Amino acid sequence: MTLLDDLRQNVIDGNAPGTQSLVKQAMSEGMPPEKILNDGLISAMAEVGRLFEAGEYFVPEMLVSARAMKGGLELLRPALAAANVQAIGKVVIGTVQGDLHDIGKNLVAIMLEGAGFEIVDLGNDVSPQKFVDAVNAHKPHLVGMSALLTTTMPKMKMTMEALSAAGVRGNVKVMIGGAPVTEKYAMDIGADFYAPDASSAATRAKAAVQGK
Amino acid sequence: METHLSSKTKQIIISPDHPFVIIGERINPTRRKALMESLARGDFSIALDDARKQVATGAHVLDVNAGVPGADEPKLLEGLARALTQEVDAPLCFDSANPAALEAALAAYEGKALINSTTGEEKMMNTVLPLTAKYHAAVIGVVTDDSGVPATPEARLAVARKIVQRAADYGMSPEDVVIDCLALTVSADSLAGRVTLDSLQLIRQELGVNLSLGASNVSFGLPDRVAINAAYLALGIARGMTAAITDPTIPELATTIRACDLLMGRDEYAMRWIKAYRAARKAKA
Repeated sequence: MTLLDDLRQNVIDGNAPGTQSLVKQAMSEGMPPEKILNDGLISAMAEVGRLFEAGEYFVPEMLVSARAMKGGLELLRPALAAANVQAIGKVVIGTVQGDLHDIGKNLVAIMLEGAGFEIVDLGNDVSPQKFVDAVNAHKPHLVGMSALLTTTMPKMKMTMEALSAAGVRGNVKVMIGGAPVTEKYAMDIGADFYAPDASSAATRAKAAVQGK
Repeated sequence: METHLSSKTKQIIISPDHPFVIIGERINPTRRKALMESLARGDFSIALDDARKQVATGAHVLDVNAGVPGADEPKLLEGLARALTQEVDAPLCFDSANPAALEAALAAYEGKALINSTTGEEKMMNTVLPLTAKYHAAVIGVVTDDSGVPATPEARLAVARKIVQRAADYGMSPEDVVIDCLALTVSADSLAGRVTLDSLQLIRQELGVNLSLGASNVSFGLPDRVAINAAYLALGIARGMTAAITDPTIPELATTIRACDLLMGRDEYAMRWIKAYRAARKAKA
């Protein structure tokens, strides 16, 4: 088994100490940080996403894989910065105002980070104004909104209106998702796209920033 | 403490001395495409079918959520309230964050409904509690407030106390506030179940109010969800939970609840347990 295979497997198994020590080893062997990121961590998270979608992996397993990935990424970050490796895009993400359910949003953030995005996670219960402020402060490529409840979903529309009113709607693509949300609702409120699950959120976000 | 709910023809009592109250959760368009599409075109046939099935399998109260994206929610919730009243005698629980929808449904409803829900947030309490009082309804109070989800049972008790006190300011008695201790999923935090169960016990002991949970999300993201949900109901009932928003059409859940009623001394001579057993056997034959 190659070092990269081993690294991938440790992420997939959710082994954080193992992931960190393999990232260290790869760096000390002179492997380019971008390769460790793309062929190790990102590739492993893509596999985790696939296993999750196939119903073989469950939420806690995805969370421990994410923890392992993050541990590895932390060690890698200074090297990535030194080699001037850029994230493929920046995403501001949050669960809308009044909604305290953040697992779906967290899974999306994990898959986005695992796909190479930089994440600004605003947490849950995020007001339209907070989204606007974060867009102004962080200048993201994408804004992601999640809602689990029919009762909080209308806040997505209010957030869209707030982004327009603040004159920043044109600067970002907006993606939405969550249990009650549909493709049609996304179109109705003028979002750019809808994603039914965390993996497709990452795929569609990638396509959106690459203009495909 | 007894929380009374009623339809035009039937009264339901939530209390530790009565059978555990099942609030059927199925009339909710979330993740139910066919129901959502039917409601969007004003067709209540699937909702009415859900109502009949849930009552037949043991629902005492029906939760009604008309949160269809882009639809006229007040009109839809009111329409559902009228249609469901014609179809079943179970009291209704109106599930909305839209005050206009709640008011339309409450004004049309001939009975004492439950409202799902207010939280301890100022804005929510100031909107939902006056409506509850005006229509002599009862309300579910979810123990979150302006600072989010309280992490400890003590902090959840403080929010519960605040909701009960604020309801009293509007002239409501504590009987008409059912506290929801907030069931978060254990797939994200393996201590989430424990905190909620400890909160049930503490709030029951300190405030004596009726307690309910939305008891299906706890297992989100895990395999064999029904087994987890059934165990959660049993543990909650043992700690003083007196109602739950759940799906009685899942046989394991309805059976667990009936067994708990028997074991908690709320099924004299095990008559309801035996009757349900015979009905199930007959249905199989």
